[in-house]
Amino acid sequence: MMTPGIAPGRLSADAYARNFNDLYPDFDPHEAMVAADRCYFCHDAPCITACPTEIDIPLFIRQIQAGQPEAAAKTIFDQNILGGMCARVCPTETLCEGACVREAAEGQPVEIGRLQRYATDRLMAQGGHPYARAEPSGKRVAVVGAGPAGLACAHGLARRGHDVVIFEAREKPGGLNEYGIAAYKTPHDFAQSEVDWIMEIGGISLRQGMALGRDITLEGLRAEFDAVFLGMGLGGVNALGVSGDDRDGVRDAVDFIAELRQTDDLSALPVGRHVVVIGGGMTAVDAAVQSKLLGAEHVTMVYRRGRERMSASDHELDHAATAGVKIITDAMPVAVHGNGALREVEFAYTRQGANGLEASDERFRLPADQLFRAIGQTLEATPEGLALEGGKIAVDGAGKTSVPMVWAGGDCTGGGEDLTVTAVAQGRDAAADIHARLMG
Amino acid sequence: MADLRSDFLGIKSPNPFWLASAPPTDKEYNVVRAFKAGWGGVVWKTLGAEGPPIVNVNGPRYGAVWGADRRLLGLNNIELITDRPLEVNLREIKQVKRDWPDRAMVVSLMVPCDEESWKAILARVEETEADGVELNFGCPHGMSERGMGSAVGQVPEYIEMVTRWVKQHSRMPCIVKLTPNITDIRKPAEAAKRGGADAVSLINTISSITSVDLDNFSPEPSIDGKGAHGGYCGPAVKPIALNMVAEIARDPATAGLPISGIGGVTTWRDAAEFLALGAGNVQVCTAAMTYGFGIIKELTAGLSLYLDQKGMTLSELSGRAVPNVTDWQYLNLNYVTKARIDQDLCIKCGRCYAACEDTSHQAISMSPDRVFDVIDEECVACNLCVNVCPVENCITMERLPAGAVDLRTGQEVRDDHGDWTMHPNNPMARAAE
Repeated sequence: MMTPGIAPGRLSADAYARNFNDLYPDFDPHEAMVAADRCYFCHDAPCITACPTEIDIPLFIRQIQAGQPEAAAKTIFDQNILGGMCARVCPTETLCEGACVREAAEGQPVEIGRLQRYATDRLMAQGGHPYARAEPSGKRVAVVGAGPAGLACAHGLARRGHDVVIFEAREKPGGLNEYGIAAYKTPHDFAQSEVDWIMEIGGISLRQGMALGRDITLEGLRAEFDAVFLGMGLGGVNALGVSGDDRDGVRDAVDFIAELRQTDDLSALPVGRHVVVIGGGMTAVDAAVQSKLLGAEHVTMVYRRGRERMSASDHELDHAATAGVKIITDAMPVAVHGNGALREVEFAYTRQGANGLEASDERFRLPADQLFRAIGQTLEATPEGLALEGGKIAVDGAGKTSVPMVWAGGDCTGGGEDLTVTAVAQGRDAAADIHARLMG
Repeated sequence: MADLRSDFLGIKSPNPFWLASAPPTDKEYNVVRAFKAGWGGVVWKTLGAEGPPIVNVNGPRYGAVWGADRRLLGLNNIELITDRPLEVNLREIKQVKRDWPDRAMVVSLMVPCDEESWKAILARVEETEADGVELNFGCPHGMSERGMGSAVGQVPEYIEMVTRWVKQHSRMPCIVKLTPNITDIRKPAEAAKRGGADAVSLINTISSITSVDLDNFSPEPSIDGKGAHGGYCGPAVKPIALNMVAEIARDPATAGLPISGIGGVTTWRDAAEFLALGAGNVQVCTAAMTYGFGIIKELTAGLSLYLDQKGMTLSELSGRAVPNVTDWQYLNLNYVTKARIDQDLCIKCGRCYAACEDTSHQAISMSPDRVFDVIDEECVACNLCVNVCPVENCITMERLPAGAVDLRTGQEVRDDHGDWTMHPNNPMARAAE
């Protein structure tokens, strides 16, 4: 329905259901056997190297071939306790599948992500938890943030016998898995089921509505616990810095995505008829594609540099284009026009100037009744005393910060590529380092 | 289009593809469907002696081995000879032969090991005007427990004796079907020839258990929790069959004895290989049971195209590779090759490296950026890297020219033939004399 402005209920009920269903449904056993058979069991396999959590991919695929997806899942979880989510949200085309020799050979990699999901879904569906806790250590560790980094760290610590308290600012645990990823990548409330499953290890208690700097302080945590892990992500959002940025209809993409993930009724969620998304990353793609899936007529993503500089992968950009999103590159917003509410966004094409990227005189306007900002997030409320690097918490290889007995990982640190899987690797490695330090 | 008309023991058929004696040839309905599809002939499913019909199991008769996409690689069966009344089979054979006079109609037989039983059945078969008989000395399951099938085929003296009876009591061409469940296939073939057989056909199925159910610990196929060995066939058995055919074709004692090649023929290429190793025609079963009779179109078109491309007739193909089958001791030790990796085709999977490093001669190097190279000083040319490489023609074996130095041995490659019979390390060497 071509209702102007920002309106809910643009689609029929089954269109919503169809649009937000599993993008890549689970393999059935025969499909999994055929897909697994394509793996060459490479020596020193490039896919393992390409995985930030270094899952032994050829081994788990061979275990699927041999008819034991549950054993395959154990191989995955040994390296990555959030292997179920990573199977759904990893940009595999730039990681394991991008490195697959069959991608090089024939442009058709082994479908590692889907095979990983096949294995992990089966083990998780069995019920029970595949790991047991070590003898209690008597040590207590505080984890700030129940996102991928915090959960991986907490599980690693609980497994080793430590008691963990997770402090989560939001209402629900899961972090970006719960609030920040496109709904069609992780439907059926998978993020919450996964958190519940991880917590089954025992020894982890979760305290929601506890934000660092508001409800708790780093000093307080350090006093109460033997060690602290910070994995609170990035709470702040970059502003556009142009006139009209505060008009009605201008929003942060992360809020839109979170609202969409939390709603029980997609048809009640309003979306513009003409939507413009500013940015070139995964958040921009997720906001743009989901606007389209909610029934927006025209959705345009605008990025200030060339396509090759976009942090969203080619696969994601192709998916956006297939969904009907128009992608404009080398243009930056210069003004947001409207009379109270947003009506148009004015852009200037960009060029390389003496001082970097600058606006040229060539301009164009896009009609818009909704504008999403997706130009990056920032660390907010950094506790004093923590050294920063590039605006994020500075850590060494094992996640140690500049403050004694405080570790950090995930998006709030500078190390990774802001992916779920890198956050898991950092949380996992920090847990190992914290354990070594506590028991050393 | 090459002429595929076949003459095997004077039995004429429009092509050299016969359906083997097996479930597909058990009755008129199936055989007529096969002939309509274009099959050159059939060997009717084995008839037994007059009397109460054979009884089959009422549970599964087949077990299988599959590839990942359920491609059937091997099949095993515990079905016995025909379980239909003898007179019904004979009547249908006669009718089909009358309706399809240009197709080969051979009747497979298995009766108790006494002269009267054979004499009796042969008279009945002759009345059908079938083109010939095939003596089933091969089935390894069920009937062998009753002293028939492979129980006969495993004793050359019995083969000779029964074959002699058959030739004595019948004017029909006689093909003796051999079991592979023996140590030396040449012995039963020689026995058949001594008994007067006009041809041998091989292989019958190989005694096998396809798998074990790891929950109830029954072999498959499982009949009420128990399993008996069956006969294995299909693509998996072809290499065994090819060797046995070649052994008979090149043995001076049996050279020239016509052979009907059987064992895993699935495409025209398999058939051409059997023919090249000395078979005069081929028999097919599992491929038809897997895909239906329609495969005959690929078999005939494929063989015809191949013969056209080679400018060869069917009879010129038959036996063409036999002179090249030899004993190990005559292989040329001066033929020196080295593995060569085409770096443009290499996809860097490293399987060649793992195979060579872990299980062979440490003759492939791996650089940090995954470039794989052959170390000539270590390469014994075993070919394992070629076999495990997933990319066809990425790794090849290249011959060193005469005069080149083999870096592994430090020896110059000679241009003459030199085999074990002449080698200095061989205490029995003859060449030095």
